[in-house]
Amino acid sequence: MTAVARRARGATSGAGRLAAALLSPTFVVLGLVVGYPLVAALRESVFREGTDLDESGFVVEGARFVGVDNYTAIFVGESAARFWNAFGNTTVFTVITVTLEVLLGVGMALVMHHAIRWRGIVRASILVPWAVPTAVSALLWRWIFQADGVANAMIGQQILWTTEGWQAKFAVILADVWKTAPFVGLLVLAGLQIIPNDVYEAARVDGASPWRQFWQITLPLVKPALLVAVLFRVLDALRMFDLPFVLIGSRKESVETLSMVAFDEASSLRFGPAAAYATILFVYVAVTALVFVRLLGADVIGAARERARK
Amino acid sequence: MGVRTTAARATAALGVAVLLASCGSGGDQGGEQPSGALEGRGEVTFATGKDTSGNMQKLVDEWNASHANEQVRIIELPESADAQRQQMVQNAQVKSDAYTILNLDVVWTAEFAANRWVVELPADQFELDKFLQPAVKTAQYRDKLYAAPVYSDGGLLYYRKDLLDAAGQKPPKTWAELTTACQAVKATQPAIGCYAGQFEKYEGLTVNFDEAVHSAGGDVVDANGKAVVDSPEAKAGLDALVTGFQQGIIPQKAITYKEEEGRRAFQAGELLFHRQWPYQWSLAGKADGSSQVAGKFDVAPLPGLNGPGSSTLGGHNFAISAFGKNKATALDFIKFFTSETAQRSNLLATSQAPTLASLYEDAELIKQFPYLPTLKESILSAKPRPQAVRYGDVTQAIQEAAYAALTGERTSDVALKELQTKLQELLK
Repeated sequence: MTAVARRARGATSGAGRLAAALLSPTFVVLGLVVGYPLVAALRESVFREGTDLDESGFVVEGARFVGVDNYTAIFVGESAARFWNAFGNTTVFTVITVTLEVLLGVGMALVMHHAIRWRGIVRASILVPWAVPTAVSALLWRWIFQADGVANAMIGQQILWTTEGWQAKFAVILADVWKTAPFVGLLVLAGLQIIPNDVYEAARVDGASPWRQFWQITLPLVKPALLVAVLFRVLDALRMFDLPFVLIGSRKESVETLSMVAFDEASSLRFGPAAAYATILFVYVAVTALVFVRLLGADVIGAARERARK
Repeated sequence: MGVRTTAARATAALGVAVLLASCGSGGDQGGEQPSGALEGRGEVTFATGKDTSGNMQKLVDEWNASHANEQVRIIELPESADAQRQQMVQNAQVKSDAYTILNLDVVWTAEFAANRWVVELPADQFELDKFLQPAVKTAQYRDKLYAAPVYSDGGLLYYRKDLLDAAGQKPPKTWAELTTACQAVKATQPAIGCYAGQFEKYEGLTVNFDEAVHSAGGDVVDANGKAVVDSPEAKAGLDALVTGFQQGIIPQKAITYKEEEGRRAFQAGELLFHRQWPYQWSLAGKADGSSQVAGKFDVAPLPGLNGPGSSTLGGHNFAISAFGKNKATALDFIKFFTSETAQRSNLLATSQAPTLASLYEDAELIKQFPYLPTLKESILSAKPRPQAVRYGDVTQAIQEAAYAALTGERTSDVALKELQTKLQELLK
């Protein structure tokens, strides 16, 4: 009894050490690629670059410690309006684009799943927008939305899409949905393919309509995949940068997102404030992800573990 | 699903790692102190904006043919000047030696020099008295030379000579004459747009705003470096553009125009008058079908409120990055590029304004470019944009104010008052 227990304990601690050794490369990599940038950004955000000139007109190099000044400046200073505008834009873009992408993505997944003829072609053509780099697709859409572009020719009116106003927001949302709905479709398709066919057969025997099958079988069973897709999209959309930057331009109030403000500050050589903006964005993204996982149960790891056990 | 998630994560991690690695390699060189001495020979790179004519490549090929061990390689940066500056600044921030020679816009000299991103050039090795003096001034910071003036630039009023002649009109000297001439042409050409410049929210808007203010007798920043943009003259200048948009003299879509969009519109015959740089001359004159106005246009000095206007001084200077290698080769290449032969070749191929005064008096060149004497006057009387170390903030403040006024978001009064406050803060 004691010998067995000792052997078991020995095995456990031995296995623990082995597990720690095997996992350590992962922790090192995580520390380097996640931990270090975070700490570096936090450190940067409490400094401010010197802009003073010395007697011969050279910029005095070196940053000075300013504590939380960079943060308070964002919320109470003259840049507060700019921050809240960017915060609003980021949130609006995220909510609208993700909603549309989920609706379209599920539709696309169903089409891809059920396409019998030209299956490969249908799937490939739906996925093409996702394969185009964002900056390239933004250039493409800018060409479509220019004053004498395709969009205006189609609607027979002259709307200046790339100027300030609702139309710029619309252009960004349209281009983003076009590009990333296939991504949602792809993840949902993967979820659809693991639903066993006999569930549907049983439903058909019981006389369930296709509509009812969708609501009672497809949707609940595809939910884990769908939630992961939505989580990924939300996190991605909150960081939106390249599409509005290339399609509409920098410093345009109507489409300026938090990432764009951070970039703009950095390119004006104000790295401290830029890091502060980036940190606030990081907190926003992290809190959103946490709320998402807790409230909607988008249990990324748990779902996989559950399935593996079965 | 599990596999997919892991794969997605692995990809994300890889992306971050690559990003870090690229930052890291830049940071490694951070320890090296930039050397001021122009030493070292070998391969150099030349970072420049879009080579629209292909002549830059031609000149570089010429150089490379006779300098087997000192090859120059062109690195083309984006079309927009803002994006070019950002790339060069970022390059300097990480002290990378990727760019050796920098093709700097005239307004960046102060910032690049004050931050020690470019090295001082030996003024005695350039015959500076042979250059147009306003162009030389743009290459100096606190009376020291940090770049060599290669291209100068002054705005010109391109106009459709065929249409003006048909309507019995002369090229306008004032904004009022411009409107009158356009109305006369519109009698037979109702669809044509009267006037356009560069009004998208970018550096070109600063150029056009400054020009309007100067052409109305105002100033953005005075000779002592003080902001003076809340004057009645400045308001008159801005109002000319604002009412132009309101009355349809400037087509609504011109608010989205940068240089190239405007050039395409002018070449498609959509515009009667177009404020543009000299580079448009040869492109709009091409007889290969790319321009519908070839042989139908001419240029005049920019009009103003009560008489001839005043252009904003443009152009590009070549500087040597403090972090680049082989600076001696770089200096030789810059001398080659500023030589009379190279500048002549550039002028012939691109119709961009040279910086050597002699080329403006060359009878053969004037025959081919009849506008050269006008352009010389334009450059000699041109006003520079504010020469500020924090030029990036200055120009953004100007763009913010001008764009808000042009789109009707703010009245010109309010926009200029806000701008004055911001400039006072930035130029302290």
